Amino acid sequence: MTIYGHRVPMFASLVLWCVLWEIVGRADVIFLIPPFTDVLGALAELLPNGKFLSATATTLRSFAIGMALAIVAGVALGALMGRVRAADRLLGLWVNLFVSAPLTALVPVLMILFGLGTKTIVATVFLFAVWIIALDTRAGVRQVTPSLVEMGRSFGATRWQVYSRILAFAALPEILAGIRLGMVRGVKGVVIGQLLVSIIGYGELFEIYSRNFLMKQFWALTILLFAFALVLSEGIGLLEKRIEYYAGERNR
Amino acid sequence: MNRAAAPKPQDAGAAAPAIVEVRGIAKAYPGGVQALDGIDLAFETGGLTSLLGPSGCGKTTLLKIIAGLLAPSAGEVYVQGRKVTGPGAERAFVFQDFALMPWATVLRNVAFGLELKGRPRAERHEAARHYIDEVGLTGFEHAYPHELSGGMRQRVGLARALAVNAEVLLMDEPFSAVDEQTRRKFQEDLLRLREAERKTFLFVTHSIEEAVYVSDRIVLLSPRPGRVSRSIRPDIPRDDSPDRIRRHPVYLDTVEEIWRGLREFVE
Repeated sequence: MTIYGHRVPMFASLVLWCVLWEIVGRADVIFLIPPFTDVLGALAELLPNGKFLSATATTLRSFAIGMALAIVAGVALGALMGRVRAADRLLGLWVNLFVSAPLTALVPVLMILFGLGTKTIVATVFLFAVWIIALDTRAGVRQVTPSLVEMGRSFGATRWQVYSRILAFAALPEILAGIRLGMVRGVKGVVIGQLLVSIIGYGELFEIYSRNFLMKQFWALTILLFAFALVLSEGIGLLEKRIEYYAGERNR
Repeated sequence: MNRAAAPKPQDAGAAAPAIVEVRGIAKAYPGGVQALDGIDLAFETGGLTSLLGPSGCGKTTLLKIIAGLLAPSAGEVYVQGRKVTGPGAERAFVFQDFALMPWATVLRNVAFGLELKGRPRAERHEAARHYIDEVGLTGFEHAYPHELSGGMRQRVGLARALAVNAEVLLMDEPFSAVDEQTRRKFQEDLLRLREAERKTFLFVTHSIEEAVYVSDRIVLLSPRPGRVSRSIRPDIPRDDSPDRIRRHPVYLDTVEEIWRGLREFVE
């Protein structure tokens, strides 16, 4: 972005929005929006807070476990669908259904299955993230040129080596894109799961803040979560950039 | 000449024993397309045989059946007397579209066959460096395929096939995706490489000139279904310079003869 010939970094627009928020907050238009500086203050108070830290630990653990399971299952499922026509016919409909379905509706069922605890949150993260990873992996495996697989076979690759040494790398750009989208969905999953369970992790904190109209703390936590999702997605994006050099080369 | 007329008189002079034998191979694709029918061929040790024919004659299909990448509908392939049931270490394949791994360096691509066999890193890199040198790519060991020209990429594919030290090299239109100048250079290099490596080459091409220039024997396939139509041994002096070979009367006559044989199949 350039303004009057000066190069202005992209996040400058963010500063503008923060200033706007501050003005609206100071003007005391609505109690829902406290001044931005107050929110930052609340954030500073929140970070060293013991309850917050344990909630963060719970949340991160659920997210990490759920994501790990989703990546393993999603990549395996996607690879299967990409390679085996029968599996694709059998599962394709369901994966496509789940990828666009409002999965929030299923969280109460998960609560019945797994109880009001971390297990439900892990299951929610998994459920939110796994389908898009499977779908992107499938697309990635599908577009691998057949000759690359034939090459592996002709040089004596075992079935496992074809998957681990050839398909995994040839489909990596799509797999990473799937993981990035899955991560974003997983963050939604961890928040929605915890909100619905509402007695663990950030869900409990959100519950306390909104019930007691602690808007500063509420916004501080929200900003933190938004930042977390953004950082995760950008991090995977950086990884994707590193393999960009061959992503466009594969179909030539 | 069809199956009933075998053994072919042109093969009578073949002194070397057959390393690859194709017996009664037929291939029908689902949907009823008969790609190959009743193919009987023997390829002698150390020879360079071209499978030549118009598109749709099943020459690539035949090569992939010999490679063990495709299963025939009928018939058997024997390599060194053993029946082919899948790919084997005594055969190496060179792909029309190179089939290089874009995420791997030239060195790793060339060493990949040995990597799959579980050879130690030092050993496979040594072998890979040797063949990278052999195909004239020294200095490009750490380059990635996207940094190379089409011709250089196929040199990598060739080095990879040589590095596993297979007795039989199966080449599927290896030079068809490179430009004409590179192609000619390749053909000359192939003849030189043959002298150095002493392997058996099976070479699929749709270029008559290419087949005549590089081959000891040319097998003409007719299309739909693919059958062996003729087998020709051009009597061309191989020790001549490339330019002289390309102007040699036998070379020119053979090209003409093959064209006359094939033109009826070209619509």
